[in-house]
Amino acid sequence: MWPAGRWPKNMFKLENVSKVFKVGTFGGKELVAVDRVSFEIADGEIIALIGESGSGKTTIGKMILRLIDISSGSILYRGKDISGVKNDKLREYYRNVQGVFQDPFSSINPIFKADRIFETVHEEFFKKVPQAEWDEKVHQTLLRVGLNPEHILNKYPHQLSGGQLQRFLIARALLLDIDFLVADEVISMLDASTRIDVLNLLGELRELGLSILFITHDLSLGYYISDRSVILYKGRIAEMGETQKIFNHPLHPYTQMLLESVPQIDKAWEEEAILIEDGGEGVAGGCVYYDRCLNPDKDQKCLHQPPELVEVEPDHFVSCWHI
Amino acid sequence: MSLSVENLTVYYQTLQGQVRALEDASFNLADGEIMGLAGESGCGKTTLGFSLIYLTERMRYIKGKVRLNGQEVPVWDNKKMDKYRYEDISIIPQYAMSAMNPTKKIGKMVRDLIKGRGMKFEEIESEFLRRIKLTKLSEDILKMYPIELSGGMKQRMVMVISTLLNPELLIADEITSALDVSTQKAIAEMLVEFRDRQFLNSMIVITHDISILSQIADSIMVMYAGQLSEKGPKEKIINAPLHPYTKLLISSLPKIGIKIEEEKLSGIPGKPPLLLNPPVGCRFRDRCPVSFEKCKEVPPFVRVDEDHYVACWKVAEEHV
Amino acid sequence: MTPDKKAKNEFLFFALRNWKVLVGSIVILIFLLLALIGPSLTENEPLAFVYPQGSSSPSSGFWLGTTMFGQDVFSQFANGLRATFYVGLLGGGIGTIIGLLVGFTAGYRGGIVDEILNVLTNIILVIPGFAVLLIVAAYLEVRSLTTESIFIGLTEWAWVARAVRAQTFSLKSREFVDLAKLNGMKPWKIIFKEIAPNMLSYLVMTFILQFGGAILKAATLDFIGLGPTEGISLGMMMQQAVNWGALQLGVWWWFVPPGLAITMIVGALYMMNIGLDEVFNPKLREM
Repeated sequence: MWPAGRWPKNMFKLENVSKVFKVGTFGGKELVAVDRVSFEIADGEIIALIGESGSGKTTIGKMILRLIDISSGSILYRGKDISGVKNDKLREYYRNVQGVFQDPFSSINPIFKADRIFETVHEEFFKKVPQAEWDEKVHQTLLRVGLNPEHILNKYPHQLSGGQLQRFLIARALLLDIDFLVADEVISMLDASTRIDVLNLLGELRELGLSILFITHDLSLGYYISDRSVILYKGRIAEMGETQKIFNHPLHPYTQMLLESVPQIDKAWEEEAILIEDGGEGVAGGCVYYDRCLNPDKDQKCLHQPPELVEVEPDHFVSCWHI
Repeated sequence: MSLSVENLTVYYQTLQGQVRALEDASFNLADGEIMGLAGESGCGKTTLGFSLIYLTERMRYIKGKVRLNGQEVPVWDNKKMDKYRYEDISIIPQYAMSAMNPTKKIGKMVRDLIKGRGMKFEEIESEFLRRIKLTKLSEDILKMYPIELSGGMKQRMVMVISTLLNPELLIADEITSALDVSTQKAIAEMLVEFRDRQFLNSMIVITHDISILSQIADSIMVMYAGQLSEKGPKEKIINAPLHPYTKLLISSLPKIGIKIEEEKLSGIPGKPPLLLNPPVGCRFRDRCPVSFEKCKEVPPFVRVDEDHYVACWKVAEEHV
Repeated sequence: MTPDKKAKNEFLFFALRNWKVLVGSIVILIFLLLALIGPSLTENEPLAFVYPQGSSSPSSGFWLGTTMFGQDVFSQFANGLRATFYVGLLGGGIGTIIGLLVGFTAGYRGGIVDEILNVLTNIILVIPGFAVLLIVAAYLEVRSLTTESIFIGLTEWAWVARAVRAQTFSLKSREFVDLAKLNGMKPWKIIFKEIAPNMLSYLVMTFILQFGGAILKAATLDFIGLGPTEGISLGMMMQQAVNWGALQLGVWWWFVPPGLAITMIVGALYMMNIGLDEVFNPKLREM
């Protein structure tokens, strides 16, 4: 996709972003949800943030959206650190960056009509725009996301389907003329027959210049839609880079395990699953994947030193001592 | 023949009327067959699963016969079903993993369960422990509380408990949905192992995830809006489906290896009908690309090939 | 923030068909009407000695008779009703509002703010509110209806805060709150525009309970003589009646009307609440 060795990355730059939660009574214990994650996002590209539960993917999405504060590091949006912005600056930020979440029925207040979400955007961001002009803009945006305004407006969320509601929510984000969208598991609650259409919509938006952080646990969706992928395990990046390179040539033991375990409709599972129970706590001070790693070269270094992300080929990074 | 179902029809009673959730389901399961039951939300697969073992509060049995090994099973009568439940037909419901009493240790829970069936724990204890070990759980698990177990451990626990009395038929409802990818694979493979070791005879695996079925099922049955669309051997359903719905469904599934730039997949426009007053005839006809006049009549679930059944007038036409 | 016409109509439809709501609201309305226009139906001041002969049973001149001191019982009753509704509104209102503010803040902010407010709420819950009221009331030499209402409100808010906090907690984690944040909305705007409307049914029922509870508390205080030092209320009527031996002397028209009124009002309020629960919660409705 990009000429080898050079790729434009000027929209987002995450530098050593970490998030530590205080848990337990009186916040005694600490939970490291995200551990020194760094990556970049360019204009007009879809990055798949792939991980299972506990990987930290949703937390990263929320930090980018400023719904959660970061514990350390910085998030640069077009060169400016937005990791602490508030009030007016935050609102400015939200004109460019928005999010859509997993459960469409939870994302829209069920006691009001669904199109109220557009009116609140009108009130908060476009107060000066006259109603008629705004209604026209809403109309156009709904068409753009593949909805028919006549069938959709003036209805309550429970009268619409999950697919329609997700498109609604995407339309809401587009009303703001954003250039970046965080899409957190946006199609996992939709039926199989509507999933792909919403996913295709995201692809179309990319063609128009929008960048998307596509958070998912589903590898095939990530492969289908993304230009680049970031594979997360327990808050650390295991592997990242151009999607095709990673999937065709996975180097990190975790990525390999994922690709072997994912059920694929045209390929039978080869080996039997080796179920190693998740230790839970993780290894302090070493590689987070140590407990479950099946790499024959696993050694003391893995146990005591967390591996660094190393570029093994252009746009393919792995954090493992033994590849 | 392990299971034989004929015209099973079950509705739900609601304030606005009856929801026709399962309409005239007829199919068979052979001995040792693992059948995947697939479909989207509201298609009736969970209703079908439950109607074979326990009618919940709002469910109304309308008609139909269910036979297990030739013997008729009184699915319309929850009380009469008591003696079949757990011993002949067993179910792992969708929420089983999270439904364990958090204040009871696992061991106590199992004892209570066995006692509730009128048996003594000592009778089955050794077999129980043997199976625990088989699923790579340790005996210590009996002394633990559910909260101490991971999702995978709980699911294995539930699987062992549900099949302890070697039921004829096991119904597993979405048992892999909430698990991580590697655990999913282990659990799915364990289902097959249980069948191979004859801890159960035949199985219905209910899920919306067809790719899991492609790995472990012998046959797959697809449902839409309360009606059976197609049932056939796994390879046929996945590689050469006949029903228009199945075709569209299979082709809308992304796979690793397909990128949007190379091959743009498409879904099925529209949405499933509400089952309060469903359309007459084939309920897929409004979204079907090949529907025609005849589709206003309900297409029968007919045999078009070896172990392959389809409910579609178009397909019937072409296979006569 | 107003619900859509159709939803409103659906609510009214069910509300009016529920006999508990219907009967309850009719009873309340009757008493309210009495409280509003009653006092103007008679020229007699409630505490004026208008009948020199002392007590007399109900007659055409005095609809509810006169007290042992020759005061017009009907006038006392009608004015007392006014006082009762006033206490219910003000006391119940204050209790509800404080409870809401504390509950919303604790539930939405979480963290240290929540912990502090929790401690405060728990303290208030644990302290026997009534005992505090007694002490305060006994300490103050001059007590007005308003003061009584305010103090009642100050002791009633804790359980409201608890419940509101819990609901806010759970609603806060819903994704539509995140979406509201992505609109750059400030916390209080989010609470009132997004979270509170979801709790509307609960808030209505809470206010009704607070209303009834305040009336009861006031009546109890009045009955033991710690009510307002001026004016008249239903509780005070009963207190005086008992103090001056009305029970033994058979002057039933002095204490039966106020006692009955309080019972009926509070009972009607609770009945309305049960009915409203059925209206708001479709699962409780008969199939």
